[in-house]
Amino acid sequence: MNLTAVLVLAVGTYAFRLAGPLLRDRVRLSGRVELMMSTSATILLFALVATATLTKGQGFAGLALPIGVLVGGVAAWRKAPFVVVVVLAAATTAALRFAGLS
Amino acid sequence: MRSIWRTLDPELLRDVSAVAAGAAVSGASFGAISTGAGLPWWLPVVMSLLVFAGGSQFMAVGVVAAGGSPAAAVLAGLLLNARHLPFGLAVGDVLGKGLLQRLVGSHLLVDETTAFALAQSDPRRAKAAYWSCGIALFVAWNVAVVAGALIGRNIGDPNAFGLDAAFPAALLALLLPALKDKATRHAALLGAAVALAATPFLPAGVPVLFTLVGLLITARQEPNA
Repeated sequence: MNLTAVLVLAVGTYAFRLAGPLLRDRVRLSGRVELMMSTSATILLFALVATATLTKGQGFAGLALPIGVLVGGVAAWRKAPFVVVVVLAAATTAALRFAGLS
Repeated sequence: MRSIWRTLDPELLRDVSAVAAGAAVSGASFGAISTGAGLPWWLPVVMSLLVFAGGSQFMAVGVVAAGGSPAAAVLAGLLLNARHLPFGLAVGDVLGKGLLQRLVGSHLLVDETTAFALAQSDPRRAKAAYWSCGIALFVAWNVAVVAGALIGRNIGDPNAFGLDAAFPAALLALLLPALKDKATRHAALLGAAVALAATPFLPAGVPVLFTLVGLLITARQEPNA
């Protein structure tokens, strides 16, 4: 890793980020397209949840991680406060790993 | 801008703090891992300030540490960050109207700020959530990276604390309200299945982009809804 690589990654990433807000300035979106955009972001984020929960690199993440996320997810579904959800997920996974489950 | 801060309620601030705390631990480990891989201390710091996308930063440093070229590291990082384009299309309006707000706000466009903005019921709250989450994350992440880079290897593996479970759980909690809608839920489940099936075969970051297949399903269902 060198400074040039960092700068190229930074410029490219910023271009991805800026493109959305700037495109929205240029084009007037119908309510239908607007709804599709926020649905697509939800779908992307949910896929990110799924891959971050179940995979590590290109393989399976092991059991401790998905069980922790599941416990957090159930807590969220039962309307537990956000902070409780996050701490519960991390604590469950940490406890399972401490107990020797990978 | 001032009206944003009046919209902030204690509950939102508490939620944002929880996410920022997680980012701080992960930032400290990024700084430590980078210097541990032989980078000068300032390089992960500059990278965090300018790139500000944790996943791609870990990825880029990891590729180089594993013997890959800087070009390969940049490519892997960019693939991972391509998702910010659809995020910006979805929440671009909550940044604010002025050019400066758009230019600065775009740099704060990450998974968490997008999820926080989408989870709010009205535009004013969405704007407050986006900016408070973005600023808190930016400060927490960058301060922690400096600390991690300087303190170095004394920081243990953050996954021992289950930190890798905190990130998806937080996103999931923010997404639950949107997933109450049946068409969205079906599209999201299909998308997740596609992303998981594609993960063993494609470079990181690309599988989640494939999920937009799920969107075609909702688009087709919408006229009947």
